Amino acid sequence: MHVQVNGEQRTVAAGSTVAGLLKELDIRPDRVAVELNLSILDRSEFDGRSLHEGDRIEIISFIGGGSCQQSAVSLKQQDSELLAES
Amino acid sequence: MMTNDRLTIAGREFKSRLWVGTGKYKDFAETKKAIEASGADVVTVAVRRVNITDRSKENLLDYIDPKKYTILPNTAGCYTVEDAVRYARLARAAGVSDLVKLEVIGDEQTLFPDTAGLIEAAKILIKEGFIVLPYTNDDPIVARKLVDIGCPAVMPLAAPIGSGLGIRNPYNLKIILETVKVPIIVDAGVGTASDAALAMEYGADAVLMNTAIAGAKDPIMMAEAMKYAVDAGRLAYRAGRIPRKLYATASSPIEGML
Repeated sequence: MHVQVNGEQRTVAAGSTVAGLLKELDIRPDRVAVELNLSILDRSEFDGRSLHEGDRIEIISFIGGGSCQQSAVSLKQQDSELLAES
Repeated sequence: MMTNDRLTIAGREFKSRLWVGTGKYKDFAETKKAIEASGADVVTVAVRRVNITDRSKENLLDYIDPKKYTILPNTAGCYTVEDAVRYARLARAAGVSDLVKLEVIGDEQTLFPDTAGLIEAAKILIKEGFIVLPYTNDDPIVARKLVDIGCPAVMPLAAPIGSGLGIRNPYNLKIILETVKVPIIVDAGVGTASDAALAMEYGADAVLMNTAIAGAKDPIMMAEAMKYAVDAGRLAYRAGRIPRKLYATASSPIEGML
């Protein structure tokens, strides 16, 4: 089935969970936050939460930053598009 | 030095009065060295999408140990209340703390805060239990309003982010320092060590900077310079400077002269 992860289309096996997706992407769950269709998941939900066709997943983490930077603007635009579509 | 002069915000105690950002460095190794040289114990970070196509990229937190530093996530790059609130919630979910450096930016050219949006976003987040440290303009009335709604510290700018112009409005900053009774952290616009020292001499409780260090020819040396500047400025503030006078006052006694 198809889902969108951080703005990119991705195919995952039916019945995949959030934890499974993170494992597949080689992402440590303790370093990230996950937003599923615009609602933020508690880390304890990662294991049990199944993904469905068309789900939109955002996986975020901390990067270097003091205050607003150039790169922030383009990401922000993507985010606004996401919010506008939903 | 100054071990008895700790900064306390919302019950948390900080050793260093220099806070630093982690953007614009060459790599994480340089970031780490600069932070160490600065002596800072509060480190700001941005909240962004994980790069899922290139997982070889290292994680910032591999270099900056959250047990050793207070990680202060910011909402940099957010231009609306909705975005700022969303990023703050994501930062908390990523699991560091309830602290957030709240930024709602007004426009891309000045990166000045949208203070109306800032107050609105702060209200929402404070209700949700966040400890909101707001990045604001050098406006004493807005600073007071932010305190009134529950911000335990206020972070007025010295000058536009990354501009290196130093304190553009010292009189407003002095009014904020006199009238606002929570810790004041001067955030953004510092260009060199004397700017940081001056902010501290005026009575600021701390200074936060990123570009002044990361953009210097030698960031690690500048980080060290900023540490001394903030310490010197703080000591001078506490020691109490002499008043300015127009004419000379002899510092050697007249008595005993031939």
